[in-house]
Order: sequence, then structure tokens, then C-alpha cells
Amino acid sequence: MYNYTIAELLKGLDTRQFSSEELVKFFLGRIAKKSSLNCFITVTETEALLAARAQDNKRHKGEQAALAGIPIAHKDIFCTKGIKTSCGSKMLDNFVSPYDATLVSRLKEAGTVLIGKTNMDEFAMGSSNETSYYGPVLNPWDPKAVPGGSSGGSAAAVAARLTPAATGTDTGGSIRQPAALSGITGLKPTYGRVSRYGMIAFASSLDQAGPMAKTAEDCALLLQVMAGNDLKDSTNVDKPVPNYTASLNDSLEGLRIGLPKEFFGEGLHPEVEQQLRDALRLLEKQGAVIKEISLPNTALSIPTYYVIAPAECSSNLARFDGVRYGYRCQDPKNIDDLYKRSRQEGFGSEVKRRILMGTYVLSSGYYDAYYLKAQQVRNLISHDFKAAFKEVDVILGPTTPTPAFNLGEKAKDPVSMYLCDIYTISVNLAGLPALSMPGGLVNKRPVGIQLIGNYFEEAKLLNIAHQFQQVTDWHQQVPPGCEEV
Amino acid sequence: MNTDWEIIIGLEVHIQLITASKLFSGSPTAYGAQPNTQASIIDLGFPGVLPVFNQTALDMAVKFGLSIGAKVAPKSVFARKNYFYPDLPKGYQISQYNLPIVVGGSLLIHPEDGVPKRIMITRAHLEEDAGKSLHEHFEGQSGIDLNRAGIPLLEVVSEPEMRSAKEAVSYLKTLHALIRYLEISDGNLQEGSFRCDANVSVRRQGDAKLGTRTEIKNVNSFRFVEKAIQYEAKRQIEILEQGGKITQETRAYDAHKDETRSLRTKEEANDYRYFPDPDLLPVLVDAAFIARIQKELPELPQEKAERFETMYALNSYDANVLTATKELAHYFEETLSSSGTHEPKLCANWIMGELLAALNKENLEITASPVSPCELGHLILRIHDKTISGKIAKTIFEKLLAGEKDVDAIIEKQGLKQVTDTDFIEKIIDEVLKANPSQVIDYHSGKERLFGFFIGQIMKASQGKLNPEQVNEILQLKLKI
Repeated sequence: MYNYTIAELLKGLDTRQFSSEELVKFFLGRIAKKSSLNCFITVTETEALLAARAQDNKRHKGEQAALAGIPIAHKDIFCTKGIKTSCGSKMLDNFVSPYDATLVSRLKEAGTVLIGKTNMDEFAMGSSNETSYYGPVLNPWDPKAVPGGSSGGSAAAVAARLTPAATGTDTGGSIRQPAALSGITGLKPTYGRVSRYGMIAFASSLDQAGPMAKTAEDCALLLQVMAGNDLKDSTNVDKPVPNYTASLNDSLEGLRIGLPKEFFGEGLHPEVEQQLRDALRLLEKQGAVIKEISLPNTALSIPTYYVIAPAECSSNLARFDGVRYGYRCQDPKNIDDLYKRSRQEGFGSEVKRRILMGTYVLSSGYYDAYYLKAQQVRNLISHDFKAAFKEVDVILGPTTPTPAFNLGEKAKDPVSMYLCDIYTISVNLAGLPALSMPGGLVNKRPVGIQLIGNYFEEAKLLNIAHQFQQVTDWHQQVPPGCEEV
Repeated sequence: MNTDWEIIIGLEVHIQLITASKLFSGSPTAYGAQPNTQASIIDLGFPGVLPVFNQTALDMAVKFGLSIGAKVAPKSVFARKNYFYPDLPKGYQISQYNLPIVVGGSLLIHPEDGVPKRIMITRAHLEEDAGKSLHEHFEGQSGIDLNRAGIPLLEVVSEPEMRSAKEAVSYLKTLHALIRYLEISDGNLQEGSFRCDANVSVRRQGDAKLGTRTEIKNVNSFRFVEKAIQYEAKRQIEILEQGGKITQETRAYDAHKDETRSLRTKEEANDYRYFPDPDLLPVLVDAAFIARIQKELPELPQEKAERFETMYALNSYDANVLTATKELAHYFEETLSSSGTHEPKLCANWIMGELLAALNKENLEITASPVSPCELGHLILRIHDKTISGKIAKTIFEKLLAGEKDVDAIIEKQGLKQVTDTDFIEKIIDEVLKANPSQVIDYHSGKERLFGFFIGQIMKASQGKLNPEQVNEILQLKLKI
């Protein structure tokens, strides 16, 4: 049962093979047994059992929503009413949200049962899950390895089969990179496709929520519920949501796949490249046509991102001041002391580093040289993609240059950590949708294949990934020790 | 004031718009509610919440822009102004920075002691109000009330074109009248709906270069603005005349002590790190939108004053006084219509004279006038149709002020009706002349000044009820005999 897809679980629920309550108990049991992976900040056992029973009752009455009774885990960046929402930070360790994020309420209405809130890099700032106040998440494939980040808890929980599905957020690769390093499928939708309301902001112009699951089909089922217009988010786009599962079985005949030469140069692990080449052969067999393209400004994406994201974060995180909620230092002497010590003690070092960088680049006299320049480069990067999509239907490349690195390996060297996101960051700067799917193992650690689509072409990405998953079984492989536990 | 010096004043006015809900949340905006009862999770800056722009505020800002002949920006952008303060929940204020909604335009002012002057407006932009810190009632702590946080403000910035405190006050009154005409703000100064920051500098007459300015923050009455500017200009002149230098700084006006004092200098000022708010889309305004707002514009003070001059043959002074507020202009037109529309000048004189004097004495607004325009119009009609004299009218007006209602009933009850019966008038005149034979002789021997004496006696004998013109005419005839 642990390896069932959402569609299989729904069928099992429909045919009374098991109830939602049994399903929830089953996964709660696995979570308890695999607690050493540290995937969860909060396990919502009581609420989950109640919700599962309610879903079972509804099912008996014949009322059932799209994902009725399916257990799900939310990244702890999403506000959940009455449940601790920490964002992986000491700052919000005591914060219980008074409201549900739009994404959370949509998935709730669709009948999913929340079983826990997953661990993450503090305020989604990190690529290894090591910046979490709650300690690092271990990669289920190898406990010495990181699971990736910032949605590392979600990725590892799905990979270890502790939940059939999870949500994540992606600001510079935070869904795709952990999906790749943990061997699961993760989709970052087009900016504006999924509401950001109730998702604690890191970099507002880049943040986007998306599904993380074993298969493309599961991601399609989840995105179907998550996507759509929300009047509470002004940057959300009012555009009809297509039926994502309907096109999963479309033929790939004649599909033009672009390979950006900049993604295949120096830095790419040769065995990762080999896995990609093998995958391309399979897609070609299914009728796809491969073409080399160029995204000339790729190298500028990391410096551009590390101006824009910190700038926005420095402002977004100003509200965590110890005044209204969250961490407050002991015995503040006055308001300045309260601000300074609450933030000094409440934030971890990576968050502080980014707040400082962001404050600096927005400062009077530096704004034009950094922030404004970065916005100009951002336009160039978007333009690269626009030009590419005139020639190809989809872009394919690695999600990360290497398989998962070891815990502690890059923690002391932020720049080398930032460079892990070289293939994912430009997608956020352009606001495009992209998906990472399992593409094999290198040194017994998973490798991800990234598909980048044109605006609002999530259906095409899911279609390609689904077709790929019909002829491969990487997505079905379970980390050693995570079978029946 | 020392005439060697020229005072340069620019004003920034924060006007609270009367939208039902806040600029970026659905919370109500009513004044005076219990602290924090009108603050939602959005106003409180909770994690994950997002702002949604209230389009009504846009309508109001565009209305204002069109009314001052400004350019309405086809694209304006909300930015974040970053600073830490306990009553600023998000750690930034959402405000328009380098792309405001209203650019340029002007206001024609009528200073009390000078000639009309056109003051150019630099810009007007939308922004959210901050909350309030309450320092009283909390021993060693401060309370925070976020009811005001997020209320829409229109900040109107003038060019530094005012040259006296009186001009500044005139500008503020003109602006205040305009926003009330447009019905975009209640303009309530006590409740902080209309708050003024004054930038003041001085320079020697003839100097081209502007002096270093200081900014006086948050002055909430016209009278205090005048006093604060006067004080500040005097302070700066004294410093400069003693060879000192003005520090660029923000100052506060203390009404109790009638002085300004330093709040913070430029060096201590925040670096606000403005950048476009990524949570909000640019505000786009097209020609059709502007055309719709243009159509909704009411008659503006200047237009109304011009109409009063042409339509009612009033002089420019009267027209401007009567249109100073929408309510006063309305009172005038209602009075005129109740008086049968014959005597616009008489209506103007009564309102600007008797009525405003009475209201000022009681410190009442025109809307709280104890005499309704209908009653005053009726009174003026009775003067017009000669039922009563102007003198009697004043007596009746006193009764109206005291709360009596029906003009005709007062005339009837008190027997104040003017007498126009020639026989009766002749009879009274004859009696007065008979009673004062020596004065008649004196008059005929050349003491023509005694004519006034006879009029006085006649009016006294008739309790002022005789028609004065007829009395004049008949008395002259009688005395010629």
C-alpha cells in the first residue's frame, strides 16, 4: 500500500479495500517508525484521524470530493488554522495560525487529510534543509546525504513513503531540487497559477507553491485542486484551469525538446549527464525530436537571484519583530532592544545573511547598481526563454549538477550551496512552470530530470513526465529500508 | 515680520479617503471604534497575508487629479517604504513612490490679505495609514491600536510656492473645501482626516537660492499651521541673522507652548529602501476610466464661484466667500430659492453678515445653523415684497435664531407688518408734526437736519412699521407746505 499512487489509493477507498482512517493510521505508523529522518515538524495525528473519519462518513453517504480521504503533508510554510506553522524557524516556533492558506483550504475542500507539517529550510532559505531550526532532514536514500531544500521534509516524506503526497514551495528550485535529490516528482507551476495567500512569503515575485508526489499523474491530480484564481492574491492569474489528467496520455510524436547547451557544460556531473542522455533516447523513441538551444544569460541567473530574492526577503521578514506574534526576547529594555534581540535570537544565520544582503542592495545609493540592474537582467533571462520557446515546445535539462551531497558538505560555504541551484533559478526569474522527475541513480543517489515549459503549459510537462514514467520505473523505486517498515 | 526676509512654504497634506473598507483589506474604516476591533489579520501583518487594492480609492484619487487639472498617470506603482515602528505592522508602509497616480495640477487660492494666487501641485499619491501608538494609560509600556492601519490616504504635495503663513492657510482651506466638494474625505481635522506637514525655509529678499528647510510634522488645525509657520520662520530668521545655520530636520509644533522643537535631523533619518511592492500589480488607468470619472465630477468651487458671479450678479468677493464650502454654497442657493430668487445680493448680504456673525459667535458650522435656509429665504421674501422693513427683519431674525420657526406667524403675532396705507402714514406724520411745532418752525428757518429727527419720531410712534420710502416721500411733501 505504501507505494500506491493517489489514483490507486482512491480506487482502494472506493472499493472499500481500506478506509481513510486505516490509510491515515498506516501512514502515521510509518511516520513514527521513520521519525529519525526528521521529515516532520508537526504530526497532526488527532486532527488527521478525525478528518479521516469525517471523510469516511461522507464516502458512505456518497458525497465525495476529488481527493476524499487521501493523506497529505503540507510544508510548514503554509498557514494551517489552529495548527503550528513555524516556517522552520525559532521565530515562529510558538505561532499557531488563525487561518488556512488558500492552498490548504482548497486541498481540505477536496477531501485530503492533513497528517503533518513538513520540515524545511528556515523561511525556505536553503538548498539542503540544514538551515531548519528543527534540525536537518535526512535523505531516505542515504542518511549521510541531504534531501535537498527548501522543501526537503516534503520530498523526503514522499520518497520514504511516509505520505502519498505533499506540498512544497519553489522560489529558486525548492520543489524541484529536493524532488530530484530524493527521487520523486515535483512541479513548480507558472508564477500566478497557484495562490500565494497564506504561504509565508520569502521572495514574493518568485515564490510559487506546487505538488510533490511519486508520479506525474499524482502531481496532476493535486495541481487540479491547487490551481485557480484567488481574489486574495493580486498576483494570481485569472485563467481557466485545464484538465491536467485528460492530457496525460497524449502522444509525444513530434514534440520538440530543446537542450540548452549552457545546462550541459562545466559543473555537470558526467554520470548525471549520462542519465539524461539515456532519458532522451527513451523520449526520442516515443516520437520526440531533440534540438540544441541556447539560454545565453543562464550564468547571470544566480547573481540576479541573490539580489532580488534577498531584497524582497529583507522586506517580507520585517514583520517578524516580536511585537504581535512569534518569538520575543526576554525582558526587552526598550523597543529597539526588543526588535534587535528578538530578531537576532529568532532568526538563524542564513536568514540573517539574506536579510543583510537584501537591506544592502536596496539601500540608498546602491539600489540602481544592484536591484534595478538585477531587474534588467531578469528581463534578459525571460527573453532568453521566450526566444527558445519559438523553436521548441519544452526545455529539458538536469535539475541539479550532481546527486545529493553530504550533510555538512556545503553548509559552511554559502556560495557553493547557491551554485546547486544553477539550473532551477532562471525558471523562477522568468516565472515559468517546470517539473523534476526521477531519472535514475548515480552512486545510489537519485538524479532528477528537469522539464521547463512555456507559461501555463503545466499540462504538457505532466504529459511528458507521465509518458516517461510509462517506460521507466525510477519513480517506483523505494529507498532501501523504506519498503514495508 | 522682518521684511528683509522671504518665507518659502511647501505643504504635504495627508487626506484620509472615505472608503468603506481599507486600502488593502476588507476591514471597516469608521473612526472611534474600540482599539484593534477594526484590524484584520491583513492589517496586523500576519505571516502569509497579501494586500488587495481597493479600487474605490483609485476612483477618488483620479477624481482629485481631474479636479486640479493634473495628469492622471496611466500607470502608477505601489512601493514599499521600509522602516521599523510598532504601529507599522508589516515593517513597511505601502505607498506610491516614483510613479504616483496624480502628477501636477494646481489650486487657485484666495488669501485673506492678498490677491488670488495659483499654487502648483507637485503630485498626489495613494498610501496606507499607520496605526497609533498609545503612550498614556500603560505604565512603562505602549499600547498599539491598529484600527487606523491601512486606512487609505491621499498625500497631496505642493510646490514651495507659498510666501506667508496666511497663504499656507488659504491653500489648506481651498484644498479642504475641494476634497469635501469631491466627497472623497470628511476632512475632519480633529479626527486626523486632514493632516498637514509644512516645509519651511527663509531667504533674503532677492536671493535666488532656497534656504535649508525644516519640516513641521502633523499639524492638525488651520490656526496651528499658521502659528507654527510664523514661529518657525521667526526662529530661522533669528538664527540666520545671528550668523547661524539652519539644520535640515523634522520638527514638531507644540500648541501649548506655541513653539516648534526638533524631532530628528537628516542624519538620523531612515533609509526607507523603497522598491516596488511585488505583491501588487501596477495600477493601470485608461482613457475610458478617466472619462467615466470626469463625468462623475461635481461642480467645483472655482466653477461655482464663477457661476455665482454671472448667474446672480454677485461680486467676486461674495462669490468666493459663499462657495468656500459646499455647505455654505448650498445654503445660499436654498435661501435664494425660498426667497423667490429676486434678491441674490440681499441673500448674500444676510448670509455673510447676520447669519455668519451669529454662527461664529456660537462657534457653529453652517450645517448646524439654527435658522434654516427656508426660513431665512422667507424672511428675505418679506423684505422684498415690503411686508416688513429691513430693520424689522433683524428683529425677526433674532427670534428665528432663538428657535422660533414661522416668519409669517411672527410678523402676524407681533403685529410687525409694514404699513403702506398712505392715509395712516399721513395721520401719524401729522400727529408728529403737530406735537413738535417749534422743530417745524426751526426746519423752515433752515435747520434741514431736523428731517432726520422727524423720521425718528415717526418711526418711534409707529414702532418702525411704516414703509420708510413712503414716510420719506410724504414727510417731504408735508414740510414743503
